[in-house]
Amino acid sequence: MSMTLEKPEAVDPPLVEVRGLKHIYGKGGGGSLLVLDDVNLTLRAGEIVGLLGRSGSGKSTLLRSIARLITPTAGTVSVRDVPGDDTAHGVSMVFQSFALFPWLTVQKNVELGLEAQGISAETRRKRTLAAIDLIGLDGFENAYPKELSGGMRQRVGLARALVVQPTVLLMDEPFSALDVLTAETLRTDLLDLWSEGTMPIRAILMVTHNIEEAVLMCDRILVFSSNPGRVIAEIKVDLPQPRRRLDPAFRALVDDIYARMTARQSAPPARDGVFPGMGLGLALTHVSTNTLSGMIEALAASPNNGKAELANLAHDLQMRANELLPIAETLQLMRFAEIEGRTIRLTPAAKRYAVAAVDARKQLFAQHLLAYVPLAGHIRQVLDARASHQAPATRFRDELEDFMSEPYAEETMHAIVSWGRFAEIFAFDEDDDRFSLDDPV
Amino acid sequence: MVFLSPDRMNAGLLARFARRRFAPNGADVVAVALIAAAGVLLVHGAQQMSLPVANLHTTPVVLDPARLPEYALRTTLRMFAAILASLGFTFVVATAAAKSRKAGMVIVPMLDILQSVPVLGFLTFTVTFFLGLFPTSELGAECAAIFAIFTAQAWNMAFSFYQSLRTLPTDLDEVSRQFQLSPWRRFWRLELPFATPALVWNTMMSMSGGWFFVVASEAITVGKTTVTLPGIGSWLALAIAAKDFVAIAWAVGAMAVVIVLYDQLLFRPIVAWADKFRFEQTASQEQPRSWFYDILRRTRVLRRLWRPFALVLNAMPRPGLPKLLMPRIVSKRTARGLDAAWLALVAAATLWAAWSIVRYVAATVPAREALEAFSLGLITLARVIVLIAIASLIWVPLGVWIGLRPVWAERIQPVAQFLAAFPANVLFPIAVIAIVAWRLNPNIWLSPLMILGTQWYILFNVVAGAAALPNDLKEVSGIFHLRSWQRWRDMILPGIFPYYVTGALTASGGSWNASIVAEVATWGHTRLEAVGLGAFIARATEAGDYPRVALGVGVMSVFVILLNRGLWRPMYGYAERRFRLE
Repeated sequence: MSMTLEKPEAVDPPLVEVRGLKHIYGKGGGGSLLVLDDVNLTLRAGEIVGLLGRSGSGKSTLLRSIARLITPTAGTVSVRDVPGDDTAHGVSMVFQSFALFPWLTVQKNVELGLEAQGISAETRRKRTLAAIDLIGLDGFENAYPKELSGGMRQRVGLARALVVQPTVLLMDEPFSALDVLTAETLRTDLLDLWSEGTMPIRAILMVTHNIEEAVLMCDRILVFSSNPGRVIAEIKVDLPQPRRRLDPAFRALVDDIYARMTARQSAPPARDGVFPGMGLGLALTHVSTNTLSGMIEALAASPNNGKAELANLAHDLQMRANELLPIAETLQLMRFAEIEGRTIRLTPAAKRYAVAAVDARKQLFAQHLLAYVPLAGHIRQVLDARASHQAPATRFRDELEDFMSEPYAEETMHAIVSWGRFAEIFAFDEDDDRFSLDDPV
Repeated sequence: MVFLSPDRMNAGLLARFARRRFAPNGADVVAVALIAAAGVLLVHGAQQMSLPVANLHTTPVVLDPARLPEYALRTTLRMFAAILASLGFTFVVATAAAKSRKAGMVIVPMLDILQSVPVLGFLTFTVTFFLGLFPTSELGAECAAIFAIFTAQAWNMAFSFYQSLRTLPTDLDEVSRQFQLSPWRRFWRLELPFATPALVWNTMMSMSGGWFFVVASEAITVGKTTVTLPGIGSWLALAIAAKDFVAIAWAVGAMAVVIVLYDQLLFRPIVAWADKFRFEQTASQEQPRSWFYDILRRTRVLRRLWRPFALVLNAMPRPGLPKLLMPRIVSKRTARGLDAAWLALVAAATLWAAWSIVRYVAATVPAREALEAFSLGLITLARVIVLIAIASLIWVPLGVWIGLRPVWAERIQPVAQFLAAFPANVLFPIAVIAIVAWRLNPNIWLSPLMILGTQWYILFNVVAGAAALPNDLKEVSGIFHLRSWQRWRDMILPGIFPYYVTGALTASGGSWNASIVAEVATWGHTRLEAVGLGAFIARATEAGDYPRVALGVGVMSVFVILLNRGLWRPMYGYAERRFRLE
């Protein structure tokens, strides 16, 4: 088996070609969810391509469609091997959760794919040991996954994906379950192997939430919108490897991607193909009121003094883009903040909020909630109108499901209950599934 | 073709290893002795089982303690035959249910019902069937007994396996699909290992449940046919008829020895071994231990001797199964239509079956009697509810007390499990003697027998629940000096509730079953009967009155299913929603 191969020129026909991919989860009707809409993608030999987007943007679905784990609702996926090259075939995948079999040793885990191909035991062993060696797992052959640290486990996951000699390596957030240091080491090791050409793979397609990770590793980044997932930007990364995070060009690129990801989101996204309502049909993301308060405080405090660059803020708070953006957008929705391009700025109300005591905060929050979140006002209105001051939650849930699919309605209800409780504009009894104006006794 | 194990060493290395490590050690001696003994016993027992049926009459069961080991062996072999059959059933049926949606639509509700209906009532039908199947050999009677035990064991095992198959971790499933493992390999690499811990636990529970039935099924009279298979159950029946107290004590002792032996030599090692299949990525704090498993792992000769078998076994799982045909892609509309048609077919078959039973029963049994059976069911229902309530009042406080004291919990837990395995029917004669001696009302005093064997489920589940109460909660209640009632109401009861429901559900199901043997008890010629559905079925069985057996079993099934659906399931759901401690 030869493991040293020069990277072929990028003029060959694409290794992976995705055309007009569309995927709907659910059965159709109200409960269905359009996760991917008209997605096109071309992956050529010699590239690392990143799929960047927030949760629910269908990146993982795209990856699984390419791995043939999911049959998309519409569209075509074709995977080709490099012409005239017999050493590598098909695709192989690395999972966020590592997906190791706890009852198999490292060696057996790595061998799994070869076993399925019916390769003789002797060859299997040789290739497995070579892969284990390559990925730096020497000496751990007989260990069980539970004896290994997260980083070592993901190395096993990598070895298992590489040992079957795929043409294309698919990686689904491979480093996001690891701590910062471990993830960095693993990224560097993988990039080294890639640039040395010691791996049989010809292209890598990776899903990530992490903008810096994407800029660090990829030659090309596809930015996805969410709900439904569409490719909203394609960014070529021309920085030479190895890339440095502190390089101004690197920072500029990261900031630029932040701006692109928020720009699209500050206009309310179309959910489920229904008109993007600012009324009841506005889908909410549940963000804890503690987090909202914390974010307001962090923004109000120096050195931000009420204004910050999103990318810097994420860096300071050690948050990923997909964690920061929903918070920022919720603040924007409630008029506690404004997002312009890549900066976020607190409104005067938010500045008052930051210095207020608990009760004043609750009052302010209640005012904004009732004024700017139509669903909150609606629930309150219904409760006020009724003599019993009670209403079953299903009533509102049904109303929401006219505008959005069930999972979003659920999330929206969750958010409104939690915010409404904090603001004390209504009470909610989970057992009876009903809203009321009762003060808790 | 035999594939060599990948960890095979080259010849020179092997020779060196052999010189140094091949010498047998102490562990070898113990392990080889035990395994050889088991082999000899197995062969002997199997030979006995296939003797001509006349042998049963020429060498009847006698109350001679010298014969007792032999009887115990026969009984144990029946148990294991049944458990093997249950495993086979589990693999086939549960896999089918999990893999095929249409099969699942039928199998799953069926398993659910079968695991809650009184299987003891079916004995009548199966005995007749199997005796007809092997008219000249003991095998017919053996099969009937084994089948009776099987019907008590198989369902929960199949259910557990089915649930494991349906809850395979998504990522491992994706890995297997991505590498295109064949169904065969997928079964061995993913499905079976993942299901093993739950399956082992359920097999142990089934084994415990099986004892109750082995005692009831070895000596059985159906109409004019009386079968007495050599075994502990027959010994007991004989001892009861002969009012021989010493013989009963011998049987109890023999049973205790057998239970301890298979627990120590088989189940403990299996549990210790199965620990590695638990699906978690972190090393667990407490690993189950087994001295016998440790010995097996320490053996040298045995491991070498096992190696060739292991190689063959490794090579075996590749029969080159044809890849399953890709399911034809049908539109969702068509698929729904097919489902509906299938459901209609199943419903029609079910209705037809129900109708045939009703017609069969109605042909001989007047409607008045059906009503009577129903009211008898109400009486037995009252017994079950009262008994569960009483057992709960006794065992919940005790269980909590024990569970909160880890040292005690560790000691009591195996005892409670042993008591649950112990067939309570062995102790029935004592109750009969007491009732006769003190002239008690059998309607009241026979009742406790129903729960004698099943109350332990409440105890050990509550102990487990109390032991699992998080330490921080206990500390909080300590810090705030909660009064004892408040402590119970706010911490202990909610904490143990899910566990209690599990225990009470099992106990209630077992009690219904036990009513068939507990509402009628004999001692010599003394026969005590309590009014109830169990006694109704027992009487009909003795008389070989099939329509009435069918009626009784049918009514009881309806009661059990209603109780499960109406009471236990909702409670279970409530506990899951509200009181789960995460």
